[in-house]
Parts: sequence; C-alpha cells; structure tokens
Amino acid sequence: MLEVSGLTVEYAATGNAGGGNPVRAVDDVSLDVKPGEFVGIVGESGCGKSTLLFAIARLLSPPAVVTAGSVTFRGENLVSMTERRLNAIRWQNLSVVMQSAMNALNPVMSVGAQFADALRAHGTSSRKAVAARSAEVLRLVGIDAVHLGSYPHQLSGGMRQRAMIAMALLFTPDLVIMDEPTSALDVVAQRSLMTQIKELQRELGFAVIFVTHDMSLVSHYSDRLVVMYAGQVAEAGLTRRIFDRPLHPYSRGLLEAFPSIRGAKVHLSGIPGAPPDLSVIQNGCRFSPRCPAKLPACETTAPALLDREGTSVRCLLYDPAPAPATAASLSLTRPRQSRRRRND
Amino acid sequence: MRYVLRRAGFFLLTLWAAVTLNFFLPRMMPGNPAVAMMGKFRGKASPQELQALETIFGVNSGQSLPAQYVHYLGDIFTGNFGTSLFFFPEPVSQVVRSAVFWTLGLVGITTVFAFALGTGIGIIAAWRRGGLTDSLGPPLLVVASAIPYFWVGMMFILVFGLKLQWLPWSGGMNLTDTPALTPSYLGDVAEHALLPGLALLITTIGTWTLTMRNNMVTTLAEDYVRMARAKGLRPHRVMLNYAARNAILPNLTGFAMSLGFVVGGAILIEYVFNYPGVGYMLLQAVENEDYPLMQALFLLITVAVLVAILLADIATAISDPRTRSSR
Amino acid sequence: MKRTLWRALARSPKATAGAILLAVFIVLALFPGLFARDNPTAEAYPRNLGPSAAHLFGTTGLGQDVFAQAVYGTRQVLEIAFGAGLASTLIAALIGVAAAYLGGFWDGALSLFTDVVLVIPLFPLLIVIAAYVHNSGTGVLIAVLTFTGWSYTARQLRSQALSVRSRDFLAAARVRGERAAYIIAVEILPTMISLLVAAFLTNALYDVLFASSLQFIGLGDPNSVSWGTMLYWAENNEALQAGYYLQAIVPGAAIALLGAAFALLNYAFDEIGNPALRPVRAPRAGRRLASLRTRRPVNA
Repeated sequence: MLEVSGLTVEYAATGNAGGGNPVRAVDDVSLDVKPGEFVGIVGESGCGKSTLLFAIARLLSPPAVVTAGSVTFRGENLVSMTERRLNAIRWQNLSVVMQSAMNALNPVMSVGAQFADALRAHGTSSRKAVAARSAEVLRLVGIDAVHLGSYPHQLSGGMRQRAMIAMALLFTPDLVIMDEPTSALDVVAQRSLMTQIKELQRELGFAVIFVTHDMSLVSHYSDRLVVMYAGQVAEAGLTRRIFDRPLHPYSRGLLEAFPSIRGAKVHLSGIPGAPPDLSVIQNGCRFSPRCPAKLPACETTAPALLDREGTSVRCLLYDPAPAPATAASLSLTRPRQSRRRRND
Repeated sequence: MRYVLRRAGFFLLTLWAAVTLNFFLPRMMPGNPAVAMMGKFRGKASPQELQALETIFGVNSGQSLPAQYVHYLGDIFTGNFGTSLFFFPEPVSQVVRSAVFWTLGLVGITTVFAFALGTGIGIIAAWRRGGLTDSLGPPLLVVASAIPYFWVGMMFILVFGLKLQWLPWSGGMNLTDTPALTPSYLGDVAEHALLPGLALLITTIGTWTLTMRNNMVTTLAEDYVRMARAKGLRPHRVMLNYAARNAILPNLTGFAMSLGFVVGGAILIEYVFNYPGVGYMLLQAVENEDYPLMQALFLLITVAVLVAILLADIATAISDPRTRSSR
Repeated sequence: MKRTLWRALARSPKATAGAILLAVFIVLALFPGLFARDNPTAEAYPRNLGPSAAHLFGTTGLGQDVFAQAVYGTRQVLEIAFGAGLASTLIAALIGVAAAYLGGFWDGALSLFTDVVLVIPLFPLLIVIAAYVHNSGTGVLIAVLTFTGWSYTARQLRSQALSVRSRDFLAAARVRGERAAYIIAVEILPTMISLLVAAFLTNALYDVLFASSLQFIGLGDPNSVSWGTMLYWAENNEALQAGYYLQAIVPGAAIALLGAAFALLNYAFDEIGNPALRPVRAPRAGRRLASLRTRRPVNA
C-alpha cells in the first residue's frame, strides 16, 4: 500500500557552521507497508526517523527538501503530487499523530473546532454530521463528547494524546503515521495507549508507521521493524526475527541496552560514542567509530543494504564479497570481531 | 474575568503613578520653576487663579506636603485642572477639548490603520518566505523605522507641499472655514490630514510589520501548523486560523507597549505640520510656560495610552483562551 | 561560540553595512578636525549659501558652515547614543535579571515597577521634564533618557533570564554555594550577551531619535552643536519655506543614517540569535519535482 523508494532528504546549507555542505538527514531509505501492518521505525535522536516520517507525509518545512526517491501511496507518488491532490488525500487516507499533543493542537481553538476543521475540509458540512462524527471518534478512545468544547490546555496530558489519536481516525484512513506519541507519557500511560492503538488497529484495520527511540516498546507491538542510524537503514525485517537474532551491531547494541525484566541479571551495555555529524561527508560505514565488531574495511567502504534471509542489513560483516582493498588491509590481524553474547 | 480585573487594577495603579508624578515633578526640578512662575504672574492674576497656581506648585500654601497632595488629588478627581495661563482666563479643561478631537481623528485612525496594514504585510511576508515581500520588506522597514518622524514630515512638506503643491501642509483646516458637517468642510479636513497621516503611517508601520513577520515565522514552525497542513486544510485557512491567530497575540501586548512611541511620533508630526492636536498644544504650552495646561495634557495623554492598553488587554483575553482560565 | 558569532556577523551583509556606517560616524566624532576645516559655531560666512566647493552643504541662516556643523555634531550625538544606551541597558540588565533570579515577592515588585514605568508615555514625559529644566545639555539629556528608557529592555531581559534560570548549570552553581550576586553576574549574564547587545543597539537608536526630537522642538541647548539643534535652527529660520533645503536635509539624513546603522546591526543580531529568521531561498518546486519524476527507484 505504501512503498518508499530511495528517499533522500537534505537540509539546504545555510552557509554557517555547516561549512556549506547540505546535511543529508535521510539517505536512500526504502521501506514498504502492507495494509493493516504495524511497522516500527527505531533509532537514536537525530537519526532522521522523524524527518523520514514528515518526508513521507510531505510535511517538511524549509530548509528540508526531498532530493531523491519516491513515495508511492495507493499507486500514486506523493513526492511529485500536486498540492491540490495531496490535500484531498490528506487525512482521508493518511493521517498523522505527533509527539506532544500540547504542541500539536492549536491552543486558541477548541478541540471540537479542530475536529470540525478537518471534517469540513473534506466534505462534511452539516453541523450535525460534524458533531456526530466527532463524538464518535472521541468515544473510540474513551473520551466523553462534552470535551469537544474544551481547549487543549484544559485537558490532561493523556487525554490530549488520545484526543489527537481520535482526530487522526476521523476518516478511518488507510495509514496512520505516529511520531513518538508515547514519549511524553509515563510507563503506565504508555502501555495503555499502545494497547488502545492496537485495539483500534484491529477494529478499524488501518496500517501504522510508528516512530520511536524505545526499541523494547515497539518490538512488542510491531509486525515489522526498521532500525535507522545516521539517516540510513541499518536493519529492516520482521520484528520477531530481528529481536531473536539482531544482525547489525547497532541493533544488537540497542537490544542489549534494555534489560529483560525476567531472567538472569546481566551486565548492561550501552553504545559508547555519539551519532556522527551529518554535515561532514563520511567515507565508510557511519557506525564504524562506535562499532564493537569493526573491520578495517569499515572505515573506507560504505556497506550496501543486503538481504539476509528476508532481513535487510547494512553491514560489511554480511558482505560475501568484500572489496579488494579490504583483502589487502586484512593482512593485519583481524581485530575484535568478537561476537557479542546474545541476551536472551 | 480575573485577568481583566487584574489589568483594570494595573490601569488604576499606573494612573495613580502618573498623577503622582505630575504632582512631584515641578517640586523636584532644579531652579524651582514654581517660584519663578509665581513671580511672573504676581501682578496679573486674580486671587483665585493665583490660588490655583499655588495648588499646582505648592508654593506659599502653608500646607504640608501630604495635605497638598490630597488637595491635588481632590482637584484631579473633580476635573478641576486649573486655569490656563496662556489662554487666560479659560479653564484648562475647555482649552483641551478642541484639541482632543483633532488628535483622536488623526492619530487614532492612522494608528489603527498602521497596525492593521503592518500586521497584514507581516503575515504575508512570513507566509511567502523567500519571496519578494520577505526579502525587500523587512530591511526596508528596518531602515524606515530609523528615520526620525519629524524628518519624514519635513520631507513630505518639502516634496508634496512646497514643490509639488499637491496638498496643504499646515493646520487642520483652512483658517477661513467654519466647522460644520458639510462635505466641503470634511473634504478640507481630510486634505489637511493626508500628509501628516501618511507621515505618521510610514514611520509607525515598520515596527508592526517586522514583529508580526518574526512572530509568524516562529509560529509557522510550530507543530500545530504542521498538523493543520497534515489535515489537508486550505493554505489560507492554515495561514489565518492556525498561524496568524497565534502569532498576533504577542503583537497585541506589544501594541500596548509601543503606543508610547506612537504618541511621541504623533506629537512631533503635529508640531511639524502645525496640526492643532493635543501634541501641538502640549508643545505650545511648553513654549509659553503654561504649566497647568502642560500638566493636564500630560495626564490626558497618559490616560489615553492606558485606556488603549486596557482595550488591547481585553482583546487578548478575548482571543487567547489560555488567559481566561485561572492559572 | 564567540568565533562562530564573529564569523556569522562577517557573513551577513546587513551587519557589515551597519558596522561600516557606525565606524564612519565614530571616526568623524573622534577626529572632526580631519574632515571639516571650519569652526562649526563661527558665524563667519554669508548666510544661507547653497552648496559649493567652499561649503559642501552650504551655510545656515546664521552664517555657519553646515558641513562643519554636521561633522562636529556627530560627537554629541554619539555621546548621547552610547552614554544613554549603555546606561539604560545596564540598569535594565540589573533590574530584569535580578527580578527573574530572585523570584517571588521581589520579582513581583520589580516587575510591577517596570511595567508602570514602561506604560507611562515616554516622550510627553521627556517634554515635561525638559520643560522644567530648560536648555538641557548633553548630561541632562543622557540622565533623563536613561531613567525613562530602561523599562522595555528590563522586561525583555527578565523573560530571557527566566528561561535561563531553570537550566541545570545554575542549579549546579547554587549547590556549589555561590551567592546570588555572583550567579547573576558570572553565570546568567554571559549567556545573554547577544540579547544585551541587541538591547543596547535598540536603546541607542531610540536615544538618538528622542534626543534629536527634543532638541528639534527647542528643549535642548540651542547653542550646542548637534544634529537636532541644526534642525531646530532650520525650522526657526523657516529654511524649507525659503528654499534652503540642505539645512534641513543634511542633519535629518545624518540621523537617519546613524539610526539605520544601529537598526541594521540589530536586525543582523536578531537573525543570528534566531536562525529561523534567516533569509530563506524558496525552493523552485517545479524544477525539483521534474527531476524526481525521471529518477528510477533504487532497489530496496
């Protein structure tokens, strides 16, 4: 239903600290979403996942610009679509849920008015129909319809978030894109919101792209997972498979950073270092400075996205034919190619 | 509601401060202008008028300072501002009355217009980032706001009044006319108001445009604007209902604060164009050392500004629901 | 951070233009004798001459050289601009930051005081004060402008300081046991440098305008040499009506140029402090979309 192909997003250089190079926040990313699927996108802050999301929905603001690739949604390419056609599709077939409802809801309009805005923009004009539909979606998320007259600041945090989700479901779209909707909530509220989302998904049948930095949260609920690092896809495939046997050292690191609540107490490991500065063009693998399984070739050769039994992974460890340059440099003793103990 | 009450309280407090300032200023000044003044009028004024002066300056009144103050407050509240020294023996309140209409017309209308136009241009400039309006507008207006008001007025007089002789550039109306609600009189008034009005407009519009544009730019980056786009709303609806409605809020309070500057500009414009408004009268009062009139005019201007601010606060309360809930 | 600040300034055409203008004026103020041969107050020449080689801008109604007056007048104007600008910014910084940092009752009291001073219309107050004082010289003007002009900046600085106050490095300083005064001076103020500079520039601009306006209406010292007094005398001699335009144009243009210098620098600082305000080149939508349509998708 949704097919993203080779999407690249660049932030135009402002001629300032960047030294004039455009920053590639999203680099040649491809993924697809089948109807009713729940796809999770995980990564550190700054890895480009939110940018990717906004690029898909064509909600980027200058200076961010899509410079390559396509986004095929229900057969049409969103990237090259006209504004008018896009507006018709928006919300009816594709809706968005943002991280903080306090920021995502207009503070000077009542909740009901914002619902009505969306409804009226797509054809529903009678007051009654608007009120009825608004009350209906609020009921779906467990909020009383009386709150339609409230302003965002009068609702509690959890309610606001659920109201935002209700708004996203006004037209029962085919795809709902969610940008870290649970990050601002406490663990209990997180769990309840996620359960609710899954319920609604089962009931109404929409697909979800869920962006988060919380690997353990999304792995419970998603069908497929995409792990991003520094603007590129590091690993992508069925959630269960990635969880059982993470291929990319980064995915492994992410999983091992979260302790299991059952099982033996193991030594927690983080991933040392920080994500790279994207304004500096890198040779070689972007993760190599922090990689515990680094090969000498990793510093010079950028790995391509390969397919390993249905999971895509971007790592030289799985590259069956390393480039000649690496053979020569392999004359040095192989450094720590230690396979990390898996935490099961 | 609580918000409005709070602002009304502030209004009264500032009013009291201005009145008190008016009371203490002449008493604080070096060289004691009061005594010099008294000497000047000793021979000419009647005993009542002398008494009024003494009340204002607190000279020879035999009362203690606090007693004078109370007396002064009493006078103010009963509307007794004393007698004008220059337009002797007319009471100040009467002298002021005529000027008020002229200023209200010129400055009032121009300010509202400048605010509306400036805000509108600011919205459009921010909406079309990188377009022509945005690249030319702000720098031009920045430079324009640095030009002294009166100089713009003088240049207008030079170009449109003297050289091109298109418009009259002195006074509020032709001296031979008598005020009446006839089209010819009104047309004449409009003609005379055009140059000073335009000068005032040009110098004040810069601030509104710039702040509105900057506010809009910040607001346009907010998540709820992105949401509005995501909902597929029409662009102008997003621009107005989501962006502008939020961006204008700080401008409303800013409107209040910059009224002080508008007043200053208006005074100078009136002076340059000999427009018979409150500002012009104030400057004349200064020149003629007509202190009672001067003080009354100062109070009048202050009250006008305070009322405008209160109105802006009420407008904010109406447009921003967050102020209405008790925080 | 400072290095990027300088670099950013150097790259901005507005900042460069403003800085050059300001530098020109500063040089004129410091070394007037290098540029103007005549004594500005000497009524030595025939009156109301037009521009010529001997008198670049002609002479005034009293027979003084206009060019010399303009050059020598720069000094007083800059004294007022920098003097009152610095003083009012300093007072505003102290009051604004103290209010933000001390919080509670002190914040309430100081803020209320600031608001009241802010709201009282500035120019009429200046007029009234100047009327009582008569013939205000530079010192009086600076004092009066300072005491009336600090309130707007104090408000701005207070809100900025409030947002800084909650940051962690301040909590760290408090835990270390530093005194309030130290924290205000050494920890808070340096982070607000760009705002302070912008505030100074705004204040300087308005001080120049206000001072000139006061002098123009005759409340300054008419015997001093300054652009405002030049305009006063021009108005007095009805220069415009009589056709001696330069007498009015020159000082006004000078004020406008100096004001523009401050304003441009201020605008540039605004853009540096808030990158969202920087000029954006609108993407050519048509061209970009066309290039994308022809691209073949990369194999996933």
